[in-house]
Amino acid sequence: MKTALNRRDFLKVSSVAGSGLVLGFYLPSKENEMLVGPAADFSPNAFVKINPSGTVTISVAKSEMGQGVRTSLPMIVAEELDADWTKVRIEQADAHPTKYGSQSTGGSFSVRGSWQMLRQAGATAREMLLSAAAQSWNVQKTSCRAEKGFVVHSSGKKLSYGQLADAAGKLSVPTSVELKENKDFKILGKALPKLDTPEKVNGSAVFGSDVRVKGMLFASIEKCPVFGGKVKSFDAMKAKAVTGVKDVINIENGVAVVANSTYAAFKGRDTLSITWDEGQWAQQTSASIKKLFEDAVKQKGSVENYDGDAEDAFAAAPTKIEAVYEVPFAAHATMEPMNCTADVRNGRCEIWAPTQAPQGAQNEAARILGLPLDKVTVHVTLLGGGFGRRLQSDYVQDAVKVSKAVNAPVQVVWKRQDDMQHDWYRPATYNLMRGGLDKNGSPVAWLHRVAGPSSRGLVVGGSTPPYSIPNFIVDSHIKETGVPIGAWRSVGPSQNGWVVESFIDELAHAAKKDPFEYRRQLLGKSPRLKRALEVAAEKAGWGKALPRGIGRGIAAVEGFGSSIAEVAEVSVDADGTLKIHRIVAAVDCGPVVNPNTVEAQLESAVVYAMSASLKDEITIDKGRVVQSNFHDYSMPMISEMPKVEVHIIPSTEAIGGIGEPGLPPLAPAVCNAIFAATGKRIRRLPIRPEDLKRA
Amino acid sequence: MSSFTLTVNGKKHAVDVDPDTPLLWVLRDSIGLTGTKYGCGSGYCGSCTVHVDGEAIRSCTMAIESLSGKKVTTIEGLSMNFGHPVQQAWIAGDVPQCGYCQSGQIMAAAALLSEKSHPTDEDINASMNLICRCGTYNRIREAVHVASETILKKELGQKGGK
Repeated sequence: MKTALNRRDFLKVSSVAGSGLVLGFYLPSKENEMLVGPAADFSPNAFVKINPSGTVTISVAKSEMGQGVRTSLPMIVAEELDADWTKVRIEQADAHPTKYGSQSTGGSFSVRGSWQMLRQAGATAREMLLSAAAQSWNVQKTSCRAEKGFVVHSSGKKLSYGQLADAAGKLSVPTSVELKENKDFKILGKALPKLDTPEKVNGSAVFGSDVRVKGMLFASIEKCPVFGGKVKSFDAMKAKAVTGVKDVINIENGVAVVANSTYAAFKGRDTLSITWDEGQWAQQTSASIKKLFEDAVKQKGSVENYDGDAEDAFAAAPTKIEAVYEVPFAAHATMEPMNCTADVRNGRCEIWAPTQAPQGAQNEAARILGLPLDKVTVHVTLLGGGFGRRLQSDYVQDAVKVSKAVNAPVQVVWKRQDDMQHDWYRPATYNLMRGGLDKNGSPVAWLHRVAGPSSRGLVVGGSTPPYSIPNFIVDSHIKETGVPIGAWRSVGPSQNGWVVESFIDELAHAAKKDPFEYRRQLLGKSPRLKRALEVAAEKAGWGKALPRGIGRGIAAVEGFGSSIAEVAEVSVDADGTLKIHRIVAAVDCGPVVNPNTVEAQLESAVVYAMSASLKDEITIDKGRVVQSNFHDYSMPMISEMPKVEVHIIPSTEAIGGIGEPGLPPLAPAVCNAIFAATGKRIRRLPIRPEDLKRA
Repeated sequence: MSSFTLTVNGKKHAVDVDPDTPLLWVLRDSIGLTGTKYGCGSGYCGSCTVHVDGEAIRSCTMAIESLSGKKVTTIEGLSMNFGHPVQQAWIAGDVPQCGYCQSGQIMAAAALLSEKSHPTDEDINASMNLICRCGTYNRIREAVHVASETILKKELGQKGGK
């Protein structure tokens, strides 16, 4: 396969310009990293650097938040480069407006979005090393091959990439390169351990809040508890008397206490007395939001997607099913609360941020400070969880504002309660579902009307059913509630996958059909999803008898370029306690970069989805979030874990994402299993014991 | 402000902080050991777990004034060169995802295994009640069992040698 190179991506950059700041995440290396000699590094593009000792440094321009990009992205480059994987090092790229393309890390897009670009980066370097070797031996390039960090001639002689680095660096960059056939992959497809695991087991990994800068101060900010509120007045006298407190600053949406330690900042903050202008949302409650949505769905909404005439078909259908499905707001609750370190001095700004949006952070800082982008440096640390939360730059703005005000480097650390109460939440939605069946039980009408807050895309995403139904319509009402809405791992499909896959289950049962077979017959237009459904059912032993009291449910959702089906086995005690025993997942994500991280991401998705199905609910009272910490926004624990089995389907489909698509099928698979076990249909999340108690 | 002396990872440190300052912030801000993490500040999540006299405690809720004469071990003190069986099992199972909670998880696992070298799943459920938002729980359970095997083999080897 021959591919043209994007000139912008392959401008020859010097090794100095190509290297980001290193925050101590190099792996322990036996190599002599300090090797200095007359020979120069070889750096044909922004992603690859080979030094004369043969160390291959690969720039990672996406943010590592547990999904494994510091391993999977280098694997893609190393494959085409034919690098010796043991000589690969990683360097986290600083934010740059253009050099790496988009650095935004979301949408399960890191691997599939970088796939072509990184393969070209590796292949370009390989071709130049081959040319350099051929020239030095004065032989045909076609008689040379690349092999595990060496160029080998047909005669058997060989030169290492390190030996060739200097000469390769003097060649011009080729305008087109040959990419490998998938069948020739040696590194891709292997279950390799993550490169950054060792630093995460001895405490040396550097997350945002671990950044230490000479002379830095720490700050904690009390923000208006009501969304959109502002500071009216405040008394900082007591705070300033707290030992260690250096300053108290009004940043309009809150008051920052700056101190010489995190704890002194927290203590100072506790003594603040602030009067707020609470703004227009001060009377908002969860009940008033529900009423808003409930009233909205009585009217037709704006049409998102349709086929045929669903209203007419529904009216004419001999069997009609109607139901309301309710989803609450959900917080991200990353383990590392939001934080950022900024140093705004002398017309420059340097930022260390655990961010999913390095370029967004750079833009925000430049805007606030009125600086050109080249005066704003953003170093990306490890992220203690992201899940979409860190696509926002609010915590970066905090640090920039406070550092500017005190003219010193400052680390702003959010308390857990700040993180819980000032999130950008998964939208709460209210879904009116109507379905019509013909006399054979086949669906002839599907109507999904959804009401939700603020963001159309996040409310309606994933709401079109994958099933062949001749008449369907999805329409929506978007209502402002004041609650900030943001991308929450798997976005629209996180709630719509549950709604669609629960309701199709209702239709199957109304038709007295097997829920797996019912879906299978309707998936003619989605062969990839159908295959995932079949594999999940087969691996789970669908149809085989289960021990008494255990129910089995299935769900299949397409999204992020991948198709995933999951089967859940659950039981419910007399007191309503739900136990999930086993989850079987089947995934088609196209070519697999690293099966180890694919499996890990599916294991992770199951737990994240369990929290949203079984535990998580953000409620609003007087315009503020009620929950504050893990006692009232609890998480699944190790004792609640089901057995999770992941089956990766060999596939020649286009490469898909993997961080998010494992979530949406979990909640409906569990709820459908509950129905199978108890006959109770769950139509509001989270699943509550009182909804499961035996009557 | 008062002066306190405490032993962390075998080394004596004198710090000058308020008596109610939690050990977590003394470790991170005064001593500069950032491997121990802040997760909730209320003892719910366990990201801040360290050993005090060999016992796993949540350092975000333990005031420095209650620690005089005690020995503190943090993740950095467990072994920087991956020598502890728990760290080895964590690497072998490629347990961490984002990694933020893992210092606490590892310290809790090390404390559990020093008390019960062959823990059951129930023991693990009871002792490893720490939050992992990435959901590495099944790999954590497996790694605790693997570390337990290593420890048992070592003990058998030592007995055999005597």
